[in-house]
Amino acid sequence: MDNLIRYVENELLDDSRIPSFRAGDNVEVSYKIVEGSKERIQKFRGDVIKVEGEGKRKSFTVRKISGNVGVERVFPFSCPNVVEVKVLKYGKVRRSKLYYLRGRIGKKAKIKERKFIKK
Amino acid sequence: MNGLIGTKIGMTSIYDEQGKQIPCTVVLAEPNVVTQVKTEETDQYNAVQLATGSKKEKNTSKALQGHFAKANSSPKRKVVEFRDFDIPVNLGDTLTASDVFERGDFVNVIGVSKGKGFQGVVKRHGFRGVGDATHGQHNRLRAPGSIGAASYPARVFKGMRMAGRTGTDRVKIQNLEVVKIFPEKNLILIKGALPGHKGSYVIIEK
Repeated sequence: MDNLIRYVENELLDDSRIPSFRAGDNVEVSYKIVEGSKERIQKFRGDVIKVEGEGKRKSFTVRKISGNVGVERVFPFSCPNVVEVKVLKYGKVRRSKLYYLRGRIGKKAKIKERKFIKK
Repeated sequence: MNGLIGTKIGMTSIYDEQGKQIPCTVVLAEPNVVTQVKTEETDQYNAVQLATGSKKEKNTSKALQGHFAKANSSPKRKVVEFRDFDIPVNLGDTLTASDVFERGDFVNVIGVSKGKGFQGVVKRHGFRGVGDATHGQHNRLRAPGSIGAASYPARVFKGMRMAGRTGTDRVKIQNLEVVKIFPEKNLILIKGALPGHKGSYVIIEK
């Protein structure tokens, strides 16, 4: 029975507009906001601190420091309101969940960049 | 009234055009067999009898075996009659989800609700109980209170709502939208929750 639910979910799932990235990467998420009859696109830029789930429930969390306050937002891959995700930087991290960033501020909360150097 | 018999599979959610999340129930409606067609001339009313779900022949009574044989069908577990069926059908035909329903239809769904066992009046009838847990209140938090007067009428009226077996009632939920149909897997997506546990039979009427 569960595989019939999964079949329905996978049939309706379209996350092809979202590129592949992982925790530590710096991304800019464009998402649609509906205010009454008006629609506009808002952008949220920050570091991906986790990618979790599978299929329809797959989601990622982006963390940024706004002013002096840490802000986190969870975006489902399946949500059509997530219009576009741009990967700006690749991060060099050794964890898949970067919860340790929550306790850090300033320079310590910075993620080293992963650079691709030709040999 | 058109309809089909299906089984409740479980719930999920989908996104609509506005990006709003809609809770949906997945219903598996395997092809239903027409096992009897009743008409004004033969039965004084118009109806169609549908059947679904497989059943072993040794567990089927001889009378029912004959009934199914008339429709050229193997024995079925669930048999339901629909009054005034609009789609013209013949004995032995099979009906699938896409024959009866389409996207955007509003349907009524009938099922048997989940059994809750012996429950008190708060859960069973929505009594409010005693408001306070403190202030001298001892052990009557979820008690029903008075069930009647004393020497007159000297009895409890019939139908007084009390504790007892809860659930397993026939429940009809009206005006649910058909969100999507998957003809290749005989699945119907219906907006909202349906009565009953997973795997239970539900009757979908249009």
